[in-house]
Amino acid sequence: MSTISAVAAHDDHHGPEKGLLRWVKTTNHKDIGTLYLWFAFSMLLLGGAFAMGIRAELLHPGLQLMEPQFFNQLTTMHGLIMVFGAIMPAFVGLANWLIPMMIGAPDMALPRLNNWSFWILPFAGAILLSTFFMEGGAPAFGWTFYAPLSTSFAPDSTDFFIFAIHLLGFSSIMGAINIIATVLNMRAPEMRLMDMPLFVWTWLVTAFLLIGAMPVLAGAVTMMLTDRNFGTAFFDATGGGDPVLFQHIFWFFGHPEVYIMILPAFGVISHILPTFARKPLFGYSSMVYATASIAFLSYIVWAHHMFLTGMPVAAELYFMYATMLIAVPTGVKVFNWVATIWKGSMTFETPMLWALSFVMLFTIGGFSGLMLGIVPADIQYHDTYFVVAHFHYVLVTGALWGIIAAVFYWLPKWTGRMYNETLGKVHFWWAVISVNVVFFPQHFLGLAGMPRRIPDYSLQFADFNYISSIGAFAFGLSFVLFTYIVVDCIRNGKPADSRPWYSAKGLEWTLSSPAPYHSFNTPPSRADILAESQHS
Amino acid sequence: MSNQNYYIPHGTYWPIIGSIGISTMFVGFANLIHDVSWGAPVMGLGLTILVFMLFGWLGTVVNESISGIYNKQVDRTFRWGMSWFIFSEVMFFAAFFGALFYARILSVPWLDGAGNNMFTPELWEGFKATWPLVNTPGAIGQSGTAFSTGFELVNPWGLPAINTALLLSSGVTITYAHHALRKDHRNALIAWMIATIVLGVLFLGFQITEYGHAYHEGLKLTSGIYGSTFYLLTGFHGFHVTVGAIMLTVILYRIQKGHFNSENHFAFEGVAWYWHFVDVVWLGLFVFVYWL
Ligand code: HEM
Ligand SMILES: [Cu+2]
Repeated sequence: MSTISAVAAHDDHHGPEKGLLRWVKTTNHKDIGTLYLWFAFSMLLLGGAFAMGIRAELLHPGLQLMEPQFFNQLTTMHGLIMVFGAIMPAFVGLANWLIPMMIGAPDMALPRLNNWSFWILPFAGAILLSTFFMEGGAPAFGWTFYAPLSTSFAPDSTDFFIFAIHLLGFSSIMGAINIIATVLNMRAPEMRLMDMPLFVWTWLVTAFLLIGAMPVLAGAVTMMLTDRNFGTAFFDATGGGDPVLFQHIFWFFGHPEVYIMILPAFGVISHILPTFARKPLFGYSSMVYATASIAFLSYIVWAHHMFLTGMPVAAELYFMYATMLIAVPTGVKVFNWVATIWKGSMTFETPMLWALSFVMLFTIGGFSGLMLGIVPADIQYHDTYFVVAHFHYVLVTGALWGIIAAVFYWLPKWTGRMYNETLGKVHFWWAVISVNVVFFPQHFLGLAGMPRRIPDYSLQFADFNYISSIGAFAFGLSFVLFTYIVVDCIRNGKPADSRPWYSAKGLEWTLSSPAPYHSFNTPPSRADILAESQHS
Repeated sequence: MSNQNYYIPHGTYWPIIGSIGISTMFVGFANLIHDVSWGAPVMGLGLTILVFMLFGWLGTVVNESISGIYNKQVDRTFRWGMSWFIFSEVMFFAAFFGALFYARILSVPWLDGAGNNMFTPELWEGFKATWPLVNTPGAIGQSGTAFSTGFELVNPWGLPAINTALLLSSGVTITYAHHALRKDHRNALIAWMIATIVLGVLFLGFQITEYGHAYHEGLKLTSGIYGSTFYLLTGFHGFHVTVGAIMLTVILYRIQKGHFNSENHFAFEGVAWYWHFVDVVWLGLFVFVYWL
């Protein structure tokens, strides 16, 4: 046993190592969380740059700036980079930073594996991006890579894309295993499951979704690989396969994937609203059960993305009703959030602004999802800008909003400093107005029939596209201010208290700001845990 | 005292070496399939780095384990980790089984006009849905299909049945090995372990023989959806048996070195779980790929 105490004591006294190599060999959850967050942020900027290219092309009707083929490469890479490079790693970064602190643990359960989960990402990202420079260009079949576009008709670079997906999936699975082991096993002995903060709960459920869904994605790309190169017939009807089979496998992964991207955001919001409404979270246990039922249902609704593939009618009906069913636990959550702030003594610091706007804008996305889930309506909406509007409301003003809210809320804990509140508010209003200018008109475009993933459009769509593009440039620019606020906080922020938000609850606030290198060397007591719990 | 209950390892270079290895391997492989001359050597290099990393990393873990610095908590973490890793493998196979069932139950009959697909027979004149799908739609009445046609079926009650018996018995022998380990019966333990490994290797040998037969009788990767599902399912399974057999051998070596005792032997159990998982997958294969 002496070695352990030596290790622990050593680290306690010296903290992080010096020099750049520290970041390569680190096994510390905070270091790795920081790496994840900066990686995700740089991917967000890159994917955002691609989006600027897309919107610049769509500013006016007619072909403006690029070949249609390149336009398709941009939409494909934009989607892939945002999903696998920005949103997912950002949430893993948050999990790394927060979960050990929230459950009273010193670190993650498998610190070395944790390092590997992160350090696969830059390599996978580099392989993915290198496809731009290959003959035939980057993949251009959309982030959903449907066969046969991705098998018979795809550029050679597709095989590199396939391996990049394998690597990304591998990283996610290892990350998820680590989070499950951490939550179930490193939790303070006195903390029961139903004492866990909601961010921990939502991430635990997300980890199960990842372990169930990512291997299926790996299977899908493996079949693509053999169809492309070794003569198998999975997605080829002349050999008895079926291109629609690809869609089934993809969406069996894909629909859980969208909940992978939103559940942790639900968790974040469930922390911020009670703090700034100065009321306990309404319906803690129903939140937990709603999260679990959403996760379960998300495995059995996948074919609502495929209503137009000629499925048997019975299947259409089943998938329609199952999809509607998800709105119930989602509604429970929204109800609980509203009940949490109901008659609260609210103040509107920056994290609260992001959280409140999350509730409103995510709900809009949920409603458009319901509309899309209705089979006869979806025949009209499918593959139009209405779908684009839907998933950007749930992903940008949902998932991304949750991430930004979390950054402002926990930045004082991470850096030990406060950000500039005025600038934070300016940035919020700038972003929230411009994001609606980008995406709200896309509902109208879609309803009027503008197809997605096409670089040109007919004249009657010109005005709304113009508005949307202008909004997009403004929204893109808002991230310059965001970068400034974060860097300014790290460099010049005023020192923050250990509990910078007056009525914030949670074990992380019992630690000093910035939090010590190893979060809890002594597990917190039952009394501490109850005092900081989210129970009402 | 309580701050000494946690085990937190130091910084490590193994993960970054692993990342370099695995990416090099994939880049090499991707170039290899595009007939780039340096593809194969680069892939080999990546694989070497990866294997080097695995030995280094796991070696560190083994050393830490035998020096006794792991506690019950670390043991539980390893158990959770291994169980969920195996679950992820289950889901990987589920994708391929899903493809198999989809083809058998839906897409192949649909090509013959089942369901609401009354027009598909126009496309594939003369095509009859059968399973195993011996004649692919494209091969009938149409010229220039990429898929070969016509093969002899593998008789499930020949080698596949023998292989089932072999793998199932290996599941029994490894359980006996575990009992022996728990009772500290070293010689019995080693004997049962050797039996397990021999059964596994025999299985692999028969599987290769059977591949040879099947290929000779015309069943190829390019034989349409039956060939695709047959070879990918059995192929990935065979790969997992190989990995399992290698892991069993490492465990046998560690037993001989005296790394385990009746109390602490997570590595043994983890590998045993993996072996059982491979066993169960085979049962699914035998029933749905060979037999029914
Ligand atoms: C109330 C819950 C929701 C319902 C009923 C719903 C329903 C749907 C339906 C039916 C579609 C397919 C539309 C079509 O292609 O014709 C769709 C697309 C999509 N949804 Fe949702 N959705 C919901 C929530 C979410 C959430 C929370 C996310 C992500 C955080 C999300 C992300 C997406 C994405 C990314 C697509 C488009 C995929 C693509 O084709 O590229 N949805 N949704
Ligand atoms: Cu969906």
